[in-house]
Amino acid sequence: MQRLSSYRDFDWVLLGFVMLLSLISVLEIKSATLHTKFHGFETKQIGFLAVGLLLMFIISLIDYHRLIDIVPWAYGIGIVSLIAVRLVGTKVLGARRWIKLPGGIHFQPSEWIKLILIVAVARYFWNLAGKELTWGDIGKAFALVCVPFLMVLKQPDLGTSLTYLPVLVCGLFLGGIRFKQAAIIVLSLAILVGGAWKAGKLLKPYQKARLTSFIDPDSDPRGSGYQIRQSLIAVGSGGIWGKGANKGTQTQGDFLPIPYTDFIFAAFCEEHGFVGALGVLLLYFLILMRLIQNAQTASDLPGTFIIMGVVAVIVFQIAVNVGMVVGLMPVTGIPLPLMSYGGSSILFTFLALGIIMNIRMRRFVN
Amino acid sequence: MELATHPEQPDMGANGKAEKIAPGKLSAAQYLIALVLVILVAGLWRLQVVSADNFRALAEANRIRKIPVLAPRGKLFDREGRLLVDNYPSVSCYLLREQVRDLNADLPLIAQGLHIPVEQIQSTLRRFQAAPKYEPIPLKQDITPDEQAFIEAHRNELPELETLDEQRRLYPRDGFAAHLIGYVGEISEDDLNKSKYAFYQPGDVVGKSGVEATYDALLRGVDGSRDVIVNSHGKEIGHLGQTLAKPGQDLKLTIDLDIQMAAEKAMEGKTGAMVAMDPHTGEILAMVSRPSFDPNEFSVRLSKSYWNEIINNPDHPLMNKAIQAQLAPGSTFKIIMSYAGLEENAAQTMHVQCSGGASFYGHFFACDKRHGMVDIEHAIPWSCDTFYYTLANKLGIDTIAKYATDLGFSQRTGVDLPDEVTGTMPSTVWKLKNFHEKWYAGEVISVGIGQGAVAVTPIQLARAIGGIASGGALRRPHLVFPDEVPGDELEAVHETFPGSGDKTVQLSTGNWQLITDAMAETTISGTAAAVHMEGIDFAGKTGTAQVVSHSAGMTSLGTGKERANAWFVGMAPRRNPDIVVAVLWEHGGWGAGSAPVAAQVINAFVTKQRRLANNLRIAAETPKPATTASVGSETGNTVASTPKPAANE
Repeated sequence: MQRLSSYRDFDWVLLGFVMLLSLISVLEIKSATLHTKFHGFETKQIGFLAVGLLLMFIISLIDYHRLIDIVPWAYGIGIVSLIAVRLVGTKVLGARRWIKLPGGIHFQPSEWIKLILIVAVARYFWNLAGKELTWGDIGKAFALVCVPFLMVLKQPDLGTSLTYLPVLVCGLFLGGIRFKQAAIIVLSLAILVGGAWKAGKLLKPYQKARLTSFIDPDSDPRGSGYQIRQSLIAVGSGGIWGKGANKGTQTQGDFLPIPYTDFIFAAFCEEHGFVGALGVLLLYFLILMRLIQNAQTASDLPGTFIIMGVVAVIVFQIAVNVGMVVGLMPVTGIPLPLMSYGGSSILFTFLALGIIMNIRMRRFVN
Repeated sequence: MELATHPEQPDMGANGKAEKIAPGKLSAAQYLIALVLVILVAGLWRLQVVSADNFRALAEANRIRKIPVLAPRGKLFDREGRLLVDNYPSVSCYLLREQVRDLNADLPLIAQGLHIPVEQIQSTLRRFQAAPKYEPIPLKQDITPDEQAFIEAHRNELPELETLDEQRRLYPRDGFAAHLIGYVGEISEDDLNKSKYAFYQPGDVVGKSGVEATYDALLRGVDGSRDVIVNSHGKEIGHLGQTLAKPGQDLKLTIDLDIQMAAEKAMEGKTGAMVAMDPHTGEILAMVSRPSFDPNEFSVRLSKSYWNEIINNPDHPLMNKAIQAQLAPGSTFKIIMSYAGLEENAAQTMHVQCSGGASFYGHFFACDKRHGMVDIEHAIPWSCDTFYYTLANKLGIDTIAKYATDLGFSQRTGVDLPDEVTGTMPSTVWKLKNFHEKWYAGEVISVGIGQGAVAVTPIQLARAIGGIASGGALRRPHLVFPDEVPGDELEAVHETFPGSGDKTVQLSTGNWQLITDAMAETTISGTAAAVHMEGIDFAGKTGTAQVVSHSAGMTSLGTGKERANAWFVGMAPRRNPDIVVAVLWEHGGWGAGSAPVAAQVINAFVTKQRRLANNLRIAAETPKPATTASVGSETGNTVASTPKPAANE
């Protein structure tokens, strides 16, 4: 490979924003677990971040075209590992999502498949570049994403499976889907989903309850509406300036559910107020704009596709997670990238960043 | 998989157009992202800026729980500061329905841990179904340490269980002084609507009867509260502050424990009432009503069986007969007759030949003996009916009624106890008002011996006769020293329990001496000679009141529920007595049967008085040999026959 790339071209600004957000995350995890048995999760999170950074630097050295070359194999392995989860996975809270590996590591294939899908979709549309998308092409793209989507949905893990969809949507959008095609797809999906909802086959009862309580949080304040209600109270009571670090009554009093993962933004909003929340969203905005800028300057089509795939996933997760926290979206269990506690989420983000760094460093190649 | 068909390395370089995505699409993505973030910011604005106050209130309500700190109720002491009613700490268990996820699933565990049947919890829940959800439901009172530990250990599984420290009343056992003390209980819905209870809350414990009820405002104190911070499991994780409870005021009753004990003992096995009072002040020294009840049973949840036992007892154990039994006074009324006759100057010169009765208005009215020639000085100790028939006939009903009303009959005395009754004093007006009938002159004859429509309470009788013996000074009977009670509260008590109160009636010295001497003679040679106490200036009057009305005087006592009521009013010393005792023994037969009760109480009183005087004397180191023979059971040293009150009087 050409050694024209150098760390001068590494996106230090992007990394700066990312590390700033990670720092905020660590502090909030510390606050949110202060009085719980999860006390000390912030150090674990720092560990995850360290590993993530290391992996990012390693992967940024690998030409992303090599990844595109091997992605069919990775995709195959991903599908096999999902089957393995189904067969030998560890059951946690009624869902099989994890494979126990020797050494006490829990491996969650669904998180890695997200990354594989981004690269696979990039490769697929790269092959179709310059062509008008036929219905066949669109169908194949759907198949590419929906096979793992349905398998993860079955685990059941609605949250993670949903994050696959923006990859597909982004791919189709950038790949040149025509408005008419898009309209037909949206319409038929709406009919399909509506029919399945009616038939009551689509969602698990708890998922249905979440949707109902999303529409009316006070319908069952102690049941499934509880989480939304407590989250709204946490965010709202934070006010403009917040209650101060480690002083959120909803967070510290254990009223807010899982305040270190899915509801970390609610905890942050309670303790740091509207001003703090605005700051975090601004950081996200800067990160995303920086990513899109990198997508624009990518030297070739797959580079753009990969970066935009990552952007799509992050935007989707922010929209759904923050939307949930402020009561605009139902509870789905999607973590907030770079904020929520959790190794898999961090590793995904930093691996994706690694690939993006490589794309950026190679922007003047060719 | 489609991807598996490895495509040849794309030759897009040749197709320059395809190597780049149209910049418009990426700009569109930027706008889309900006839009998403703006929507999220709007969502945050809505919660954190627009509705912040509302959510702040919700967050506070979430974490802060107001736990009431109940004020300990004031204790009750006797006149010498001996403890009568105490409190003991107790823990109650409440159910918070707001905390509950699935109550039905928890029921078996709760039932097991608190040792109450599931059905009982369910019926309690049904009872509170209509109550607001935030209102705690009392599950069990006075729980054991084991049950407390159970609740503590199951905080996470059963966050709906809450304990509350309370103070419970500890009353004397076996119904000792139960009627005058009363008992406490949860305020009833009816009471809550009364203006007296305007500031009370549902679930408050209030005095239900006796002194507990009258002085509830003083005894109850002011509850405080503690603001604690709880987590989502209801566990206390901190506290904010507290308003201290203001303990209720202790009250010193006018009751003398020694006299009360003697009275309780004397009334044992009898049905009826007795009241002992200091006529100088109106202080009640002892008050007993029989049968009694155990107020301790009322302070914790009353058991159904005990309630049935109480409510089905034909002798009405909850009734304080000292102030609520209104019965014909029988011959004790002759003191009132004598007073009226003497003050009217009609009795002094009256001499009546008693040949076992006399005829009036065509009816024969019997006397229990042939007394021969009787004058007023003998009519009292002998209790000659014929004399009083004649006197009544001479005075007429309205004159009798005037003097009787002056002495407080047919009115409440104003004693500081709830539900006192007025009794009845007939008169022409009274009859017209109540029966729309004219008074027949013949009806006055039986009034002369305290029969007919005359009805009095023991406390009325004690106050009236005590008043006569005190030269006409009548006092408002009371159980709590007025100086123990703040002025406005005392006023409120007097307003709540109006009555004839303190007053002075006309009584000439000669008449006063005559009546009191005659009453003293009663216990020497008269109807109560059997209870004569050597060395004690003991005066009294018996009364045997027919339960079933016979127009023809006292010829038989009757049996069972028709047996006559035995009355006795006694005092010592005869003039300006330090103690007056009225005894009512329902269906006790001859009034002389009640005399020993009064005698025992008065004996206990005098004995104590002398002992205290003696102690004082010994303390003053002026030893003198005793003058008279021993009387009391406790001490051989007695002083003069008309002792002056020595200690705390």
